[in-house]
Formats: sequence, C-alpha cells, structure tokens
Amino acid sequence: MTSTETRTVPTTASGEGGRLGDSPLRPDGTLKVTGEFAYSSDLWHDDMVWGVTLRSPHPHARIRSIDVTDALRVPGVSAVLTAADVPGENAIGLEHLDTPALADGVVRYQGEPVALVAADHPETARRAAKRVVVDYEVLPAVTDPRRALDADAPLVHASREDNLVRAMKIRRGDPAPTAPVVVALDFEVGMQDQAFLGPESGLAVPDGEGGVDLYVATQWLHVDQTQVCRVLGLPPERVRLTLAGVGGAFGGREDLSMHVHACLLALHTGKPVKMSYARDESFFGHVHRHPAWLRYEFGASEEGELVYAKADILFDGGAYASSTGAVVGNGGTLGLGPYRIPSVHVDARGVYTNNPPCGAMRGFGCVQAAFAHEALMDELADRVGVDRVEIRARNGMREGDLNITGQVIDSAAPVAELIRTVRDLPLPPEPVGERDIRELPGGASNTTHGEGVVRGIGYAVTYKNVGFSEGFDDYSTARVRLEAVAGEPVATVHTAAAEVGQGLITIEQQICRTELGVDQVVVHPKDTSVGSGGSTSASRQTYVTGGAVKAACEAVRTSVLRRAAEALQRTGLRLDGDKIVAESGEVVAGLADVLDEPVEETVEWRHRPTFPIDPETGQGNAHVQYAFSAHRAVVDVDTELGLVKVVALDTAQDVGRALNPDAVVGQIQGGSAQGMGLALMEEIVVTDGHVKNPSFTDYLIPTILDMPPMQVKVLEYADPHAPYGVRGVGEPPTISSGPAVAAAVRAATGKALRRVPIRPEHITF
Amino acid sequence: MRIELTVNGTRREADDVWEGESLLYALRERLGLPGSKNACEQGECGSCTVYLDGTPVCSCLVAAGQAQGREVTTVEGLREGDELDPVQQAFVEKGAVQCGFCTPGFLMSTKDLLQRNPNPSDPEIREALAGNLCRCTGYEKILDAVRAAAAVTQR
Repeated sequence: MTSTETRTVPTTASGEGGRLGDSPLRPDGTLKVTGEFAYSSDLWHDDMVWGVTLRSPHPHARIRSIDVTDALRVPGVSAVLTAADVPGENAIGLEHLDTPALADGVVRYQGEPVALVAADHPETARRAAKRVVVDYEVLPAVTDPRRALDADAPLVHASREDNLVRAMKIRRGDPAPTAPVVVALDFEVGMQDQAFLGPESGLAVPDGEGGVDLYVATQWLHVDQTQVCRVLGLPPERVRLTLAGVGGAFGGREDLSMHVHACLLALHTGKPVKMSYARDESFFGHVHRHPAWLRYEFGASEEGELVYAKADILFDGGAYASSTGAVVGNGGTLGLGPYRIPSVHVDARGVYTNNPPCGAMRGFGCVQAAFAHEALMDELADRVGVDRVEIRARNGMREGDLNITGQVIDSAAPVAELIRTVRDLPLPPEPVGERDIRELPGGASNTTHGEGVVRGIGYAVTYKNVGFSEGFDDYSTARVRLEAVAGEPVATVHTAAAEVGQGLITIEQQICRTELGVDQVVVHPKDTSVGSGGSTSASRQTYVTGGAVKAACEAVRTSVLRRAAEALQRTGLRLDGDKIVAESGEVVAGLADVLDEPVEETVEWRHRPTFPIDPETGQGNAHVQYAFSAHRAVVDVDTELGLVKVVALDTAQDVGRALNPDAVVGQIQGGSAQGMGLALMEEIVVTDGHVKNPSFTDYLIPTILDMPPMQVKVLEYADPHAPYGVRGVGEPPTISSGPAVAAAVRAATGKALRRVPIRPEHITF
Repeated sequence: MRIELTVNGTRREADDVWEGESLLYALRERLGLPGSKNACEQGECGSCTVYLDGTPVCSCLVAAGQAQGREVTTVEGLREGDELDPVQQAFVEKGAVQCGFCTPGFLMSTKDLLQRNPNPSDPEIREALAGNLCRCTGYEKILDAVRAAAAVTQR
C-alpha cells in the first residue's frame, strides 16, 4: 500500500442534517481542526523526490545557453530539465497560449520558470538549481504600462505587433454630452496579491505506463488538465487530476503553477515528485491583481443626477496574458459602477509589460474601477451639495434599468436600499476619555493616546457579474448516486468543482439532503473522473455547480420514482422526505426499500447564455447575473503620523437567497478584509520589473488587530432566473469595502488620496 | 544527524536530519505530522505554531536539532482520544474554519491564551492572536470561536 492513499483524499466526508437555509457544520471541519486534512503541501509518497524551480532574475532577457552539467553532478539529484525536455507544446495560458511552461530562449519577467531540478531533499534540489548556469543577455524592458503602447516601446512578445492584450470600447447615448456639473479625477491602484496561505504545491505520481496522477490545489481541475496534457503531449485519460486540500485561492490558483513542472519531473524520473513553494517563491509563482490607472469624468445635473460618464482604464497585464482579457471586459462593462447613466464613453485596455503577470483576483477588474467611481461620486455629491449616501441612492440602479451595455437588469438591484441600510446601522461609539491603545492608530506601538486622531466615515456601493461572461460556455457537471447502505438511503455527490475553503461541499450536501430527503450525503473526492465543474471563480459555484447538483438530484428522483412505480404498480408517486408517498398521501415505501440497485445520474447544467458585446459600441447582454453590495467604513486617522485604524466596516449585500447563512456571512467578512487590505496596506512593490517585497514581512495583509468588528446585513431578493434564487456572494464585499475605507480616510484627513494603498506619507505630506 | 524528542507525549526519533532543517520540516516530512502548516516559513504567519516545552513557537524558526530531548506539542496532540479540545470544537462550530490552513496555528495560540487568561477581553484576544494570519475569514468568526471556547473552558 502506498502512503498516498492515506494522504491525498481529504474531502471524503459525510455529514448529518442541514437542509437549504440551515447552516450545518462543514464536513471537513473536524479534519481541519485536528491537523488531519491533507492539503496539497502535506502529501507524501514512500519514494518521492522533491522538485524545485529555477527562475529568471531578469525582467527581460535572451537566454543564450543553459548548462546543467554541474547541477546534475550534485549527489542526490535525479533530474534537471529545461525547455528542451518538454515533450509536447511548450505553451500554457487561460486565454492565450502565450506562456511557456519553461522559458524557451527568452524570459519576460523576473521569476519566470527557466529550469527544474528533482532531488532527494528539497535543500539538495535548491542548491543544485543554483549550479545551473544560464547565460542571459539582458534586453530592454517595458515596465511602465502607460508607455507600453508607445511606438518605440520594446515588444514583450516579438511575434506580436504591439503590447496590447485587449481593448474594449463602450459607447452609449449622446456621443458629445454636456452637463452643468462636471467632475473628474485620475486614480491609481497598486498591485495586490491573493496571499492565500497554502503555498502552491502538489504531488505528481507516475503510473508506470507513461501517464501521471497529479494531486494539486487548484480552482479548476479540467482547465488544468487540458493545459498539462498539451505540454506533456498526452491525452486526458493519461493525466488524471485530483483536488488536494486547498489553502485558499482568491483567483491566484486559476493559472497553472507547479502542475506541469511536477508532472514533467515525475515522468522523467519515474518517481513521485512533490513540489511546494516557499512564500517568496509563491509571490513569483502566481499572477496578481492588475495594477490600474484610471481617468474618470462624470457630468451631472445641478441636482446630482448623472448625465454622462467617461472612463479610461489601463490594466498592467504583465508579461503574459493570463485572464487579462476578461479583466478588461469586467473593467469596461462594469467599471462605472451600479448607476443609471444615459451617456457613456468607456475605454478599457490591458497591456503586456515585463512586470509580473497579472490575472484573476477576487473582484476581477471591478475592484480597481470601484475606487475611482466611488471617489468621484463623493466628489460629485460635495459639488452639488447632496449627501453622499443620497447621491448613490438617487443614481443607483433599479430592477428593470439598462446598464451601460444596454442589458436589462432583470432581477433585484437594490442599490438605494443597500446604501441606506449601511448608513442606518449603529455607529461605533464616539471616542471618550482614555482609550485602549490597541484600538487606536498605531495600536500597541503606542504612537498616540488620541492626540492628532481624527475620525472619518466613508461609503461605497458596487455591483459585480456572477459567472463567466461574454458568451463563455459556462457549465458544471454533477453526478449523484443514491443507494441503500445498512437499510438507510445514502447519497453520494460527485463534482469536479473545487472546494477552496468557501464551503461548496457543505452546499452540495445541503442540496442533496433537500432534494432527496436523505440525511447521509457523501462528498466524493473532486477529480477529473467526472465532467468539468467549471472554475471556482466569479462567485459562480453555488449558482452553477449548485444548479448542476440540483438537476442531478432531480434526475435521480425521477428515476427512483419511475422504479418505484414499476415495482409497486402505482402511479402519481412522489418523494416526501425519505418516504415514497402516493397522491393520497399514503406512504407506500421507504426510499431505501426501492434502492436494491443504486440509482446514479450525471447532469451537465448551464445558466442562461451570455453574449459577446459589440466591438464598436460595447453593447450586449454580457453577463448572466449581477450582485450588489454596499459598505460603510469608520476610521480613526493619526493625522500626524499617517496611521489609520479602521474602527468599523459594516456592509449590506443582496445574496438572492442564503443557502447557508453562516457561510454567506463568512464570505462577506473575509471579502471585506481583503478589500480593506488593498485600501491601506497591500501592495507588491515593483521597481523596474523587480519585485521588492516578496514576503509576509514586507507584504502586509490585515491581522486580527487591524480588522474592526463588522456588522453584516444580508438581504435576500431571490433571483427568479437562478437555482433557488441564489446570487453570487464571494466577490462584492472585496469590491465595495476598499473604496469605503479610502473614502473614510479622505473624510478624516481632507486629502484627495487618489492612490491606493494609502500610505502614511500620503496623509502626512 | 539523529534527533530524539518527545512529540505529543510519544518518544520519537528521526535519522539523516540535515542540520539546516527546521523543526517544522522534521515534524511534517520526517515524523508524519503535517498538521503544523508551512504558509510562510519565516515566522510571520503563525501557521506552524507548536509548543516547545510548553511555550508557543513558530516551528519554522526552530532548527530541528534545537528540539533535541525536548517536548513538542502539535495540533495533532490537542485532542484527547476522539474528543475534540473545546478550542477545536469552538472553531468548527462557530464557522472559524474556511480553508483552514491558518487553523492549526490559531488553535495553538488560542489554547495558550486561554491557559494564561481564561477570560480575555476582545483587545486581549486580538493582541494574543496578532501573530497568526488568516486570509479567509476577516477574523470575526475566529473571535466568536475564541469567546465561545473561553466560555466553555471556564465552565
């Protein structure tokens, strides 16, 4: 028996109780508090070796030669691989196959993988990697995205005509609008990191027949499988993926990291290969949130009603496209916020540079835009003398409105209610007397006892698309099996949809219990032996995989009732709990009684289609669903030192229907924290293409001392088009929290603060 | 080198330990105890917190050789038999676990806090847990869990 059998399948779990609308405990909760849950970095195998990655020190360089001779001589080393060892097509990428699995002749960002080493100890492998001799010819780099489209800018990809990844135009209404009140601003958003705690890691086990099994932490097993197969030159049946325990994701696991590398080493050595990034490597091992430069102008009536809006948004995509195209799509179609605007002129662009590649992170293109449109909305409110809450309520979308792409908002759009709801939540008490320094800016550093501290309040609203957009075939697959075990009906739900901590497996159980009337629901390990579940991103899994599980349960129920009807020679049967009842209400059998043979159904489920937008006007039904949230932040600012303490961060969000209310609140609180982090502290500092702070010492995320209490008000306006009325939950709080915090700091300091994260020197100088 | 130490009450030894290995690596890769986590391996996140002779430490910052002859308690040693420690139970019940990667460290820090201070105020909880990073929860439900565990522990 190999040890992988005990360490690779963490999510098989059954649980009792908990229908839709309840908040049952997570089925993996006990495993996670006892240390038994097998994360991707916990896997091991008897005879495994360790893989490490050698990465480029340069943002842009030609590789003249690579000499692996010395590295191979290190005792304990079993393989050193470069691009020359890639058996298939050396190209990966979510939207464009523009990314080599291993650099082939050129490196385009600092940290790009160049070579792989396998050895019997990770330190041996690291030391051997340092003996790989790479002869680089450093090339001119384009590191300022604002210059990336200049005629004389170096090309990041020599095969392309320019450094443009995608440009999107939205044109609507009056092409030359005027308005009595005009406000404008420029805004800049720094590069944020997902900073999931579980490092990129996994175990690749060769099957001895030229194929491989990969256990890995990811957000979408099937898109990984497709990419790994292309590089290995193998068909999907020979590259099997199983989801290992995922230590957070937040978008950072949409792209491949060590997946292909571990498989290459495993197939080359014939041994199981474990890879696990240290934190500094993790900062180079996944894409980040795009830094953005935004120029906005609002025209409005004297009463503050929007007449027109213009926006020019530039995203730095870094060296490879990743999901930059879709981020541009979101920035463009959603970048003016949840407002009614008659005339619109938006240009959104994403460009290649020699900076770190940027791609998906929670909020996906809307986060950056929200800082700009919410700052400008405050500016407009002040200019026309309307309250900052009321100006949002006045201009906020309502159900039935058209958004800026001409799409009808065909379910609830309670912008006014959300912003007024957060306004009406209790405020934290005004500071009086001696205060606990831990509640003041600077905290235990004891930098103030209240002198120089000013309080400010800020508001923000947002909306975000749910699910994949612009015509993407966005589906999920669910297999549900119902059988009798020891006389009790037991359901098994099998999807490939990634559980990354959000609680999808709990929801899958709740749906099965509700639809099939069973108590026991086993969650099958997530793997590629069932059809794709689509990505765990875009706040989509409860909606789309939830929809698939619901549909599969309905198919199982139909089959069971058909079988019961034949066996019992009765018609008009239905399932009531775990009983089969006749039309009269008479119980004719227990569910387990008709399960001599298991019933299993597999269903592929799709939400309503979306459509590409018109390339000239940007008009079209690009998105399937919109989710709305509002935040109110209260901050204390030490105006002498520029230190900020967030005192309260309260929110209201419409979730359609809360299938698991506790999990919904957990998502909202966690998402709010990430938005606050971007407003105040989180930035990957990149200078001339070099990352300056790849560590948790220098890249700060909010601690429990930084976070304030958070009141969460959940509204439930069911979406009639979605399964159970659900609306995606995960992303909106990350979008509206940061702008509310920034607004509160502006209110406290009177400073314009047109860049985030806001640093002390922005406040004091 | 060989190291001998007591882990969760059991005498353990490991051979062929490289001198540069951390206690965290030895626990995870040599002693079959991966519950202590490797989120940053530089003493910033607290996910690898264990007790060394009863004192919480970041096991990533302790050389494996420094644990020679000493007593180590890991998250795997918190529960007695099948019964979860009240701190573990509270984290499960209060929704303080999402991805769970930070959880072992939070459990160790929380249990240590409650042993020193059975009835901590919110600022005291926040200060005691400030060395543990969580990226999923925003900490609200972790605070709920600590308060609940304190209430149970005092009973």
